[in-house]
Amino acid sequence: MVEWTEFERSTIADIFSKLNYDVAGSNALARCLVVYPWTQRYFGKFGNLYNAAAIMGNPMVAAHGTVVLHGLDKAVKNMDDIKATYAELSVLHSEKLHVDPDNFKLLADCLTIVVASQMGSAFTPQVQAALQKFLAVVVSSLGRQYH
Amino acid sequence: MLSNYEKELLVKIWDKMTPVAEDIGSEALLRMFTTFPKTKTYFAHLDISPRSEHLRSHGKKIVLAIAEGARNINNLATTLAPLSRFHAYQLRIHPTNFKLLNHCMLVTLACHMGDEFCPVAHAAMDKFLSAFSAVLSEKYR
Repeated sequence: MVEWTEFERSTIADIFSKLNYDVAGSNALARCLVVYPWTQRYFGKFGNLYNAAAIMGNPMVAAHGTVVLHGLDKAVKNMDDIKATYAELSVLHSEKLHVDPDNFKLLADCLTIVVASQMGSAFTPQVQAALQKFLAVVVSSLGRQYH
Repeated sequence: MLSNYEKELLVKIWDKMTPVAEDIGSEALLRMFTTFPKTKTYFAHLDISPRSEHLRSHGKKIVLAIAEGARNINNLATTLAPLSRFHAYQLRIHPTNFKLLNHCMLVTLACHMGDEFCPVAHAAMDKFLSAFSAVLSEKYR
């Protein structure tokens, strides 16, 4: 089981309470598709992903970004058993969606950047470490059911 | 950097592997799928069970492409340009996967070549496969 300090718990709760899930979600996913273009392979049905502007303005990307953030919310609300919380989602991503789990880390990195740009100087190294630890647990849990 | 000796050694090894390309290629792929299950996500559309037709023909394709690269080692970028485009714009395999297949290819060669896969051969092969992968992922972004 993952050990969380008081600081880590309150930091994660604080970050996510201040996030607009629609904005941060769409931003993070769009960013991922732009910065790591190979991730577009999973979004063939999303229409125009031809360039950065198209991706940033694509409504399907935006909607899906929100879905992802709400998925993350489950972990925020269940920090003491993220592994079990994501068991089903992990199976979905591996058996149905066939997503290479290495891509989860890329999306996590993009979300970190989005949070950083939103929080500015309040995104101290300690806050960053807490968020990255949280996201690493999420990423690992999502990748557990691949076999 | 590859010395002339290493380049010749590589050509020799891949010339030997060309006639058994199906065996070597399918074995490397199977090792990769077994050891790193996430790599299977890219093959949901094929039957990659051991000894399957898809596995053998896909393995053969890969080994023949690598052998071709070894024969044109001073011109990798030009020789591999079509494959490079294919990987960047169509396949879009996450770049960390190249290392996984390379490793399994080394293991396969070691199994088949035994002592002949000495440290010098191993080093040359590892350097070559890294350079090969770098060209394949060059156009990713």
